[in-house]
Formats: sequence, C-alpha cells, structure tokens
Amino acid sequence: MAARSGQRGSTAVAASLAILLVLFVGITLYFFIAKVWWYPPAINDFGREIDAQFTRTFIITGIVFVASQLGLAWVVWRYRSNGGRAQYVEGNNTFEAVWTTAAIVLFVGLGIFGRTAWAQLHFNSIPQGAMVIEVTGKQFNWIFRYPGADGKFGSILPKYITESNPVGLDDRDPAGADDVVTLTLGVPLGREIELVERSQDVTHGFFVRELRLKQDALPGMLIPVHFHADVPGDYEIACTQLCGSGHHRMRATLKVMPEAEFEKWLANEKANQ
Amino acid sequence: MAAHASEVHHHAPPEGFLWKYIFSKDHKVIGIQYYLLAVVAVFTGMFLSLLMRIHLFWPNAHIPGMDGDFTPEKYLALMTMHGTIMVFMVLTTAPQAGFGNYFLPIQIGAADMAFPTLNMMSFWTTFISFACLIAAFFVEGGAPISGWTAYSPLSTLGSISGPGEGLGQTMWIISIAFFCAASLMGAINFITTLIDLRARGLTMMRLPLTCWAWFITAILSLLAFGVLLAAGILMLLDRLAGTSFFIPGGLVVSGVQQTGHTGGSPLLWQHLFWFFGHPEVYIAIVPGMGAASHVLSTFARKPVFGYRAMVYAMSAIGILGFMVWGHHMFVSGMSPYTGFAFSLMTMAIGVPSAIKTFNWLGTLWGGQIRFTAAMLYAIGFVTLFVSGGLSGLFLAQPSVDLYLHNTYFVPAHFHLVMGVAAIFGMFTGTYLWFPKVTGRKLNETLGKLHFWITLPGTYAIFMPMHWLGLAGAPRRYADSTAVSYLPALQPIQWFISIAAFITISAQILFLFNLIWSLKFGEKADENPWQATTLEWTIPSPPPFDNFGGHEPSVYRGPYEYGVPGYVDDYLPQHVEPGKLATGSA
Repeated sequence: MAARSGQRGSTAVAASLAILLVLFVGITLYFFIAKVWWYPPAINDFGREIDAQFTRTFIITGIVFVASQLGLAWVVWRYRSNGGRAQYVEGNNTFEAVWTTAAIVLFVGLGIFGRTAWAQLHFNSIPQGAMVIEVTGKQFNWIFRYPGADGKFGSILPKYITESNPVGLDDRDPAGADDVVTLTLGVPLGREIELVERSQDVTHGFFVRELRLKQDALPGMLIPVHFHADVPGDYEIACTQLCGSGHHRMRATLKVMPEAEFEKWLANEKANQ
Repeated sequence: MAAHASEVHHHAPPEGFLWKYIFSKDHKVIGIQYYLLAVVAVFTGMFLSLLMRIHLFWPNAHIPGMDGDFTPEKYLALMTMHGTIMVFMVLTTAPQAGFGNYFLPIQIGAADMAFPTLNMMSFWTTFISFACLIAAFFVEGGAPISGWTAYSPLSTLGSISGPGEGLGQTMWIISIAFFCAASLMGAINFITTLIDLRARGLTMMRLPLTCWAWFITAILSLLAFGVLLAAGILMLLDRLAGTSFFIPGGLVVSGVQQTGHTGGSPLLWQHLFWFFGHPEVYIAIVPGMGAASHVLSTFARKPVFGYRAMVYAMSAIGILGFMVWGHHMFVSGMSPYTGFAFSLMTMAIGVPSAIKTFNWLGTLWGGQIRFTAAMLYAIGFVTLFVSGGLSGLFLAQPSVDLYLHNTYFVPAHFHLVMGVAAIFGMFTGTYLWFPKVTGRKLNETLGKLHFWITLPGTYAIFMPMHWLGLAGAPRRYADSTAVSYLPALQPIQWFISIAAFITISAQILFLFNLIWSLKFGEKADENPWQATTLEWTIPSPPPFDNFGGHEPSVYRGPYEYGVPGYVDDYLPQHVEPGKLATGSA
C-alpha cells in the first residue's frame, strides 16, 4: 500500500530534505553577504542610490527567502508521516489577511521607495550647462561625437556614411566642421553629461557597470540619458542588447579625466581625426 | 451543466492504428501526444544548452557533427533555438496541453473535450510548428540568432544583419505563427469544456486546483497568443512583403544603406511581443501551481490550506500578468513614466505569489507527509518558486534593473521560476498520474534518485548565475571572457557547466524510468494514492469514454482528506454522503 511505503523511511527522507534546504539557504546567504562576486564601487551618487535600493531589496527579500525556505524545511521535518491522521484544517482567514497585508506593504512599499533613483535619471530635467555627447551604436562598435567649440552638432545623413565618416557627417553643414568623432567616451571629471543615444542598424545596449547605467540604443529614436562621474579612471562599456554575431565584442571605454586633461584629450582626438 | 448527460456518448471508439493513435480525437491520446512531443523537445533543448555550456567551458572544442568551428553565430543560434524550444514546445505544451488534455475532462467527469476534432487539429498544428522550427537548423544560413525574443530590426532585415537571419528567421516566425494558432484552438477548447461539461454537483468551488489552473491558463492563452499571432504576421510581412511595421528608415547595415523601409518602430515589436511574453510565463507556471497544490494536499493527507485564497491568487496573477509587460522594457527607451507604473504592478504580483507560498506551507503544516516521488517534486516546486520568484523583486524595480537588466541575473531568475519550477510541476504530475495513464507506477527508487540529483543540481546551475549578474556579466555572450572584467568570473562559468553536465545526465534516469516502468512497473489499481478526485474512480488506464457512458455526480470539494468522524482519511468526491463509513479509523 502507498500509505505504508510513504511511511517507511520517511524520517530519513524528511531529514535529508530539511538538511538540503538549510544548506542551500546557508550557502546562498554566505555568497550574498560575503560579497564574493559583487558589483564594483559606484562612481557617482546616482549609482550609490541604486546600491542602497539594492540593499533594501536584498534585506526584505532575504527575510522572506530565509523564512519561507526554513519554514518549508521545518514543516517537511516536523510533519513527516508517522502513520497517524493529519489535522483537519481548511484554512484561516486571519492568516490570509495578515500575510496579504504584509506582502502588500513590503513589496509595493519597496517599489515606491525605489522611485527616487529612477526619477533622478529620467524625470528630473538635465541640469543646465550639461555637456552633450552623442553615442551611435552599429554592428559592432560604439561611436561618440562631441559638438566642438560651437556647441552644435552638424547634420548627418545615412547616405554619407563611409568607413572614414562613420556617423555620416554632411560636409556642407558648417556646424559639423568642428565635430569630434571618437571611439572612446572621454568625459571631464564631475561634469554633468547628457548622452544622446542612437543606432545605425539594430538595437544595441549601452552599459557601464560603475555608472549603474544601462540604456538601449534603438534605430529611429534619439534617447537621452544623463550622468556624471566622480572618480577618474577607465571603465568598460559593454553591449547589453543582442545585436548579432559580434555582440560580445562590441565594447568601448569610458575615460573619466580631470577637466584640463580632458580638453587635451579632445584636442588630440580632433587632430587625429 | 447537468443537461448533457445523454450526450456523453457522442463518438464511438475509432478503429485502426492511424485513427486510434495518430489522428486520434480522444483527449487522452492527444494528451499523451503533447506530452511525448514535449519530452522530445525538452531533451533537444537540453542538448542545445549542453553544447552552449561546452562552448563557454571550452571555446575551441570541436563538436562531432558540427561543420567547422564553433563560431559565435552558432552559439547564438543554439541559444535562440534553446529558448524557443523550451518556452513554446515544452513549457507551453506539456503542463497545459499535455496534462490538461488528459486530465481536465476526467477530473470534471466528462467523456472528452468539448471539440474533439479541434483538439486533434490543435495537436497537429503544434506538430507542424515544431517540425518547422527544427527545420530552421538545416536551411541556408542556419537557425536564427536573434534570441527567442526576436527583437527587430535584427530579426527583420534579412541575412544582411547576421547569419541565420535569412530563411532561418523566416522559418522561426512561421513556426511561431502555427504555434499561436494551435494554442488558440486549445484555449477555446479548454474554456468551453470546463464551463459546459462539468459533472452534476461539480461547482466551480469544488473544482480541483489543477482544473482552475488549466482554466486560467487557457484564458491567458486566448488573450496572449492572438496578439503574438498578429505581431508575427506583421513581422513576416516586414521580411517578405516589404512593409515597415517594425523597421525604421535610414538604416545602414554592414555599410549598405537600407532604402526599402521607412517609418516603422522597433519598440512596437517589443510591446507586442512582451504583451504576449509576460502572460506566457504564467501560462508556463500556473499549471505547475495547480499540480503542486493538488499533490501537496494528496500526500500531506490534508485539505489545501485556503482553497478560495488559492483560486483568487491564481486569478489575480492572471489578471495582473497582463498589466506588467513593460517591466521587460525598462531600458528600451519607452516612456519612463509608464516604467514606474509597470514596476508597481509587477511588485503587486508578489502579493498573490506570497499568498500561494504561505498556503502551500499551511497545507503541509499539521500534515502526515508521505514522501512519494510526486511529493518530493511538489516540495521542490515550492522551494524553486520561492527562490526564483524573489529575485523577480529586484528586476521589477526600474532603478535596480538598470544594473541587472540583460545580465546573467535575468536567466538565473527566469530559469528557476518559469523554467525549472514548471518542469518540476511536470515531474510531479508525471509521478502522480503515470499509474492512471498506464496502469503501472513509475519506479519510486529511481524517481527519488532522480530528484536528489535534480534539485541540488538545478540550484548549482542557476544560483551562481545571480553572482555573475551582480558582477555585471551580460547574458547572450558567445564568449564569456569578452569584456575586461569577465575572465575573473570564469570559475563560476566552469562550475555551472560541470553542474549542468551532471544534472542533464541525470535526466536519463527519468527517461529510463518512463520506458522501464511502462513494462515492469508495479501494477496500479484504480486509486493507488488513496486520492479523492474523479480520475481515481475509473480504471487505470481509463476506457475510451472515461466513465463508461454514465456521468458521475459530485458531492463535495476536491481535497477532503483527514476529515474527522470517518473511517477513511479521504472522502472521494463522487461518493454519496450516506455511503461513507463513519467512525474512527
């Protein structure tokens, strides 16, 4: 009979299952708390705000995770069959009300709390005096364009795109004469940057870990985001939207430099263009 | 619902192999056909993932049978086909169309589905879809590389945007369109059957939770697949008829200006795709929720804790599931204001999910747990659902998603919750119902061994992916060392690959068990688990018309286990109140 076979050895099975779950919770918590593999330090306030929201989310989900998994381990162990009769309980409306309310407060509350960082990126207007840089994605590299001394981008057209004119600058437009086209994203330290994303072919994804910033570049759209970087250094720009066979090698570098060094770098890029 | 008693015998048993087993209209045969299709598909999909893991582990490996080098586009083709096969041909077929076809009519006391011919057409349309998908491997350029999400314009411009984007991508869309049509047929059939063919006394609140799950899933399918079908046809027109629904003007691809298109929107495809795509994850997981609830109650010998709350929670998940598709698109360039709204709706889905989890724990609480293989998989379902569900709370917030989007954190999340949890739902269903379908039990020892490798193995594969994601490793990279910070993470990739080899190998145990038990399994009587629902009142395997031409009556709810005052600890749904032996056990 199934009843018998269910009872036989149920202590060993229950113990194994409970131990497996406890081990699983322990190992998972260790790797999250010891931060063996983790995100790199953020290089601006915005990134730190996202990290704080991550930590809040981790604490709340962590409590629910530990409580549910250990709760499961406990009931599996405690209520293994001993050949007796189960308690006849069909439910409890008070319990349902309590955990429904708790879940609403915790989860929706968390969502509302996390609004700040998102608002900083997208709802707040771009600060006055921000430096505008254009980034173009194409299979399989990133191209950056600076408006030059006049602060204006020259007009571009697809038909002018060649290997030596990768964004398709129209040389009849004087505004474009001083545009600087680069393969590295150099930015001055601490300066607010408005990055306007576009794509020439398929959808690409602009991602810099240290900025905690990710935004797809879609063909046919201009998508602005803004950021500033407070720590000098070189940071990897990876593509995070599947764009074809070379998706993984579509990379570039974000170079954060003090203002004077940046000006020198930009002049040098212009001269080499 | 009781007015159809005289109509139960609406078709005679078919004669001849072809009509009995191939073009059968019997819901039980069709259910098995869907199940077998899913078994073939799931082993194919797993094999593809094995090749992918080999590539990440050992990039220069020469794979026997593979032409030339293991190039990045081959990796992406494997990835695209793995995702498509698993999501459509496995997670959408077996839990709903497989188990649902077989057991929905029986659990509601019907002789067949409402539309048997439509049912047959639905399966064979799915079969064509599967054949068409697999054929994409063998056409010029090979299988598509745009992922199972097929974002435009990568998927719409043709072979100029990449290998596999020629005929392979066209085959892919045609396959998806067939699949949508088949799912729509199935959905209509399920909904009609459940509403019209329930036995006397089987009110909605007396339905097994499995039936509720199949009913809700059918409604989701009806609303979601229609949209994907429309979107797929538009994409096909973009590719073949020169329209520009999803292709903007002014594109330059590989140095060639694309002059034939103007004015389309890549974002539109994303909206249409995810309007289907998010409900799809519930189409995959809700039947598993039903099966897990059913099994937990049966083997804890207790009623489901909070039956009504479970029904409301599943319904709420279904309804909210249509209002959250934008959380796949936080970084897509859609309006950031809608992003915030989508985020709150998504966080809200955590609420019914939590209700379900607590009710599962409540069901086990105070029980007399019998650790059958089916029960182990139901418990496994709960732990996977919790682990995979909670990481969703990170991805549901646009701010945190800015970092985690399209990193390995995402495959970690969805593989646990909609992938393996749903597969565990299928395992629990298989171990529970195999005796009914075949008249023999699956081997319990093999089943348990299979479980003890598969659960830890699953966690060993997918938990470390969270840490890859936290470290910023992008998904869908053919080379896991491509970016400067990735080589340091390579030990995690090796660990995952090894865990995957072991776990995938262990699935042979399951396949062996299925085949071996068919012939040598312990014989099962009508009701081997002392269970209450209607499928356990008919012979194993059931006769052609299920209930032998009469319609059963139902007198109570589906989970009356351990009711005090009766000799047996289970009260079958169909036994009249006066005919139950009262007294102490």
